[in-house]
Amino acid sequence: MSTVDILFYLLSAFAIVSATMVLISKNPIHSVLWLILVFFAISGHYILLNAQFLAIVNIIVYAGAIMVLFLFVIMLMNIKKDAEPQKQLLVKLTGVIAGGSLLTLLIAVVKQTAQIQNKQVLLKEGTIGLIHPLGKALFSDYVIPFEISSVLFLSAMVGAVIIGKK
Amino acid sequence: MSIQYYIILCLTLFSIGVVGVLTRRNGIIVFMCIELMLNAVNLLLVAFSKMYHGAALQSAANTTAGIDAQIFVFFIMVVAAAEVSVGLAIIVMMYRNTHSVDINFLNRLKN
Repeated sequence: MSTVDILFYLLSAFAIVSATMVLISKNPIHSVLWLILVFFAISGHYILLNAQFLAIVNIIVYAGAIMVLFLFVIMLMNIKKDAEPQKQLLVKLTGVIAGGSLLTLLIAVVKQTAQIQNKQVLLKEGTIGLIHPLGKALFSDYVIPFEISSVLFLSAMVGAVIIGKK
Repeated sequence: MSIQYYIILCLTLFSIGVVGVLTRRNGIIVFMCIELMLNAVNLLLVAFSKMYHGAALQSAANTTAGIDAQIFVFFIMVVAAAEVSVGLAIIVMMYRNTHSVDINFLNRLKN
């Protein structure tokens, strides 16, 4: 088992445990902190796949900006730990069973599909995840969607201000 | 590393997100689970991109095949950032009106 394999399994276990803790935590602030750990694990996966640009963007945008926004809102509301009304046990059980069935079904499909048997992922090699090729593609082939996304941001900003205002 | 391991990892993360949406009543936690699902999909897109790139490298030396998926991931992050700002504004407004973030309040919208 090579170092890359060990890193893959470590990061995967880290991500799954942290994601489970997001669900289990009663305190929303703890959930946010666990979710930040999930994002760091996913960034580690991006680095393992040599997608360096996405790894940095994931840390800056998700772990940096979005989760701080979540923390800010939670602290602004000052939600009490036991204030969250719990769903009935039956509803919770149904949710877990439904999610587990979905997972089992999809894993069975993945195991059966002939098309993806013996397909390998190129780890720690390949240059498409670096900034130079990505920037070239973004500003030549995808320049119109890139500009449109700035309009999207503007409309989101205006929408957030209007909704947030009384 | 086989692609199946990546698919199974992403499916697990996605299913955890689905379970969170189905079982929690706190609007903010539900929203965070949606972010978790988005991230699982992003990771899978990057894994598929590298799978495709590795296959294309065998025939051509300096190809950029598979770069589209990474651009898509970038745009998904952009859209997610915009979505979070609006969604959190809606949750703040909901909290201001009801003094809780219980999503069952949203049932009233149907009348």
